[in-house]
Amino acid sequence: MKRNTWQEYQKEVADDNYYYLRSCIRQNFFPGSERAFVRILREELGRNLYDDPAHTSCTGIGYHSDVVLHDTIMTVVARQFALMKEAGYENAAVSCITSFGIYTEVLETWREFPEVEERIREHLYKATGREFYKPRNLAHTSDIIFHHRDAIRQRAKHLLVDHRTGEPLRGVEHIGCHYAKIFPKEGIGGVEFPYVLAGMIEAWGGQVVDYPERRHCCGFGFRNYLVQANRGYSIANSQKKLESMALYKPDFILTNCPGCGMFLDKWQYTIAEIEGTTYGQDGKGIPVLTYEELAGLVLGYDPWDLGLQMHQVDVEPLLDKLGVEYDPAAKYLMPNGRYIGRPEPAAVNMGVE
Amino acid sequence: MPQFGFSISQPRAVNLDTNDLVPAERILREVPELWSCIACGSCTATCTAGNLTAFNFRRMHTLVRRGEYREVYEQLQKCMLCGKCRLVCPRGINTRAVALKIRQTLCDY
Amino acid sequence: MEKRDKRVIIVGGGVAGMQAALSLRARGAEPVIVEREDRLGGKIAGWHKLFPTFTPAGEVLEPLRSRVAEAGIEVRTGRTVEEVTPTGVVLNGGERLDGAATVVCSGFEVFNARIKEEYGYGIYDNVFTTVDIERMLNEGCVRTAQGREPRRIAFLHCVGSRDEKVGAHHCSKVCCITGVKQAIEMKELFPAAEVLNFYMDIRMFGPGYEELYRRAQLDYHINFIRGRISEASQTIDGRVQIKAEDTLIGRPLRMTVDMLVLIVGMKGGASNGAFARSGGLTVAPNGFMQPRDSFLGNVASEREGVFYAGAVTAPKNIGESLNEGMAAAERVAAYLNL
Repeated sequence: MKRNTWQEYQKEVADDNYYYLRSCIRQNFFPGSERAFVRILREELGRNLYDDPAHTSCTGIGYHSDVVLHDTIMTVVARQFALMKEAGYENAAVSCITSFGIYTEVLETWREFPEVEERIREHLYKATGREFYKPRNLAHTSDIIFHHRDAIRQRAKHLLVDHRTGEPLRGVEHIGCHYAKIFPKEGIGGVEFPYVLAGMIEAWGGQVVDYPERRHCCGFGFRNYLVQANRGYSIANSQKKLESMALYKPDFILTNCPGCGMFLDKWQYTIAEIEGTTYGQDGKGIPVLTYEELAGLVLGYDPWDLGLQMHQVDVEPLLDKLGVEYDPAAKYLMPNGRYIGRPEPAAVNMGVE
Repeated sequence: MPQFGFSISQPRAVNLDTNDLVPAERILREVPELWSCIACGSCTATCTAGNLTAFNFRRMHTLVRRGEYREVYEQLQKCMLCGKCRLVCPRGINTRAVALKIRQTLCDY
Repeated sequence: MEKRDKRVIIVGGGVAGMQAALSLRARGAEPVIVEREDRLGGKIAGWHKLFPTFTPAGEVLEPLRSRVAEAGIEVRTGRTVEEVTPTGVVLNGGERLDGAATVVCSGFEVFNARIKEEYGYGIYDNVFTTVDIERMLNEGCVRTAQGREPRRIAFLHCVGSRDEKVGAHHCSKVCCITGVKQAIEMKELFPAAEVLNFYMDIRMFGPGYEELYRRAQLDYHINFIRGRISEASQTIDGRVQIKAEDTLIGRPLRMTVDMLVLIVGMKGGASNGAFARSGGLTVAPNGFMQPRDSFLGNVASEREGVFYAGAVTAPKNIGESLNEGMAAAERVAAYLNL
């Protein structure tokens, strides 16, 4: 694919001194990812990052499911930025795509409607006594990993290459809708051909595979998932994507959104249980990774330290291609050796003989 | 199989890669002027059945031309074959014949 | 009267410019045509056959070109006009051409389909524009990027027209009939192929246009689906998957085609801003030049001595552009007391 249009969309990403705004759900879904992000920035790249215990959820999930009011979420966002300023930081690094969408939308609302900004300024002061502040730079943490992708490549222990054949691994990327579909200018590469994840895969030696349903939503859709009876619609969206990408025999799926990563992983389990269909090679599922997990593997981190045992689709086939050494016996052990239990055998990981 | 409390929704899109257009082509061969429909809706506006029920003749023959037959045969039973639609069609399509051909062709669907 | 007092600068050597020059010459003026390309002809020089009669473009262009040559009209090709004033123009490089009046016939730009990123033009191999199809027809070889004969071709109307997202509220008006014409040409080349037109409205304003639309349906069995394609993507075998709503059924529709042809609209000329600044003229909100009014002053600018002809003021077909060339010449003649 002549995929060079991304260069027309450039956004400024701060190079150092980040204020880390964590996600409320990622630490459950991908417990090692945010930890890996902090480790990569501090230890590999020597960057300064402030991990503030005082910040809260952005309340985006509540907002998108109609239980948090617009003024409330804007005041919560204003508080996060006020905390950032108090800590002496100007560059917000947002871990979650929903939050990133919320922050960009709120900032744009304030820019477009100064009277709303004024009202939120007052809400913030009345509720917390804090001073209103707007960040100098706002980036999603995938933007930040993209920004440092070449430095990560220089320190790589494993490139995205099948070490047995020398062939580049084939990755499909899935971008969270709220990364650039709200404001295309906020995404590296815009909305139709985003490059933020593709750029990582290419920089680390892999091959990006485009597929017809690449732009389709994973189906999370908040209320479509939160209401159990609606989940048939949610899963149908992921299924449409999986069917479309399966033809290309991808070695992994890379995501930058907590919801997408979880659904593309867990719905593979569900579809295999309901219909018996799997989409990966040898009758198994396609491993799904976050960009921190992928960066961690490239940098030679231990897969169980990255939390990859918490994925529904087993990642071992990918680890074997990469030539990553791992201890199968340690998969379900905590670092202190405590056994964390193992999931029931699932159709998505059975494969065919 | 585990009970998930939901099933996987079926796609609602008209899929022109998989739909069987052979019956549609047969109808178009028999009433070729149907090709010239401009979807003005005159047939539906004047339809005796459509004024009493949800029957929409424009929608029905468009569905046929897309290979979507499932509800059409049933719906066409509502047509009273009065021929009013034929009087108002600006393209001179024998709409009554279209209704008859659809009923003939799709009785297997 | 001095010869210089009869010199009229014609900006642009397309059909409107050539016709304006010929009509002025017939009235005793001394027209000079400035054309940015290497030869006269304008956009039509790239077209194959013209709607609705399938007349080869050369049958319109060649008589105009040879009459311009026979009339001994001065032509400056390969030169762009940077400034427009009532008393002449400034060419690239700074050379000034003096005249007693100026007729701006600089036409339109073709919409750049890359801007509609969701269709993947320039990225996906089998997404084309109507301009590409004219070129391929001229080259005598319409094929998919894989070099095969297409079996399924979709045309999409209104690309770059009636689209808030690209800042184009206007209707380019000639694209509907262009889409119908090319759909028929595809069907004549590939009788077994399935040809579909995705449209929002079909606007057949000219003589013979509606009749051609009806022939496209009845004689060529071209399928018209009312719905705008929302996105295109490339499939594993290099074809194009498209999605639209079939608005007459009220359901989403999807299909895979061998070629997707974007029917690109007209945009105001890229030089319009510079012309407006230098000449005290106005660019209308749609990007075309604003004539003095839509009726009695439709070939005049709001500035004495600057006139318009053709698609510089709005999307127009060839006949309309030719007529405006003549109308502008008459107005110039009255202005110069010829």
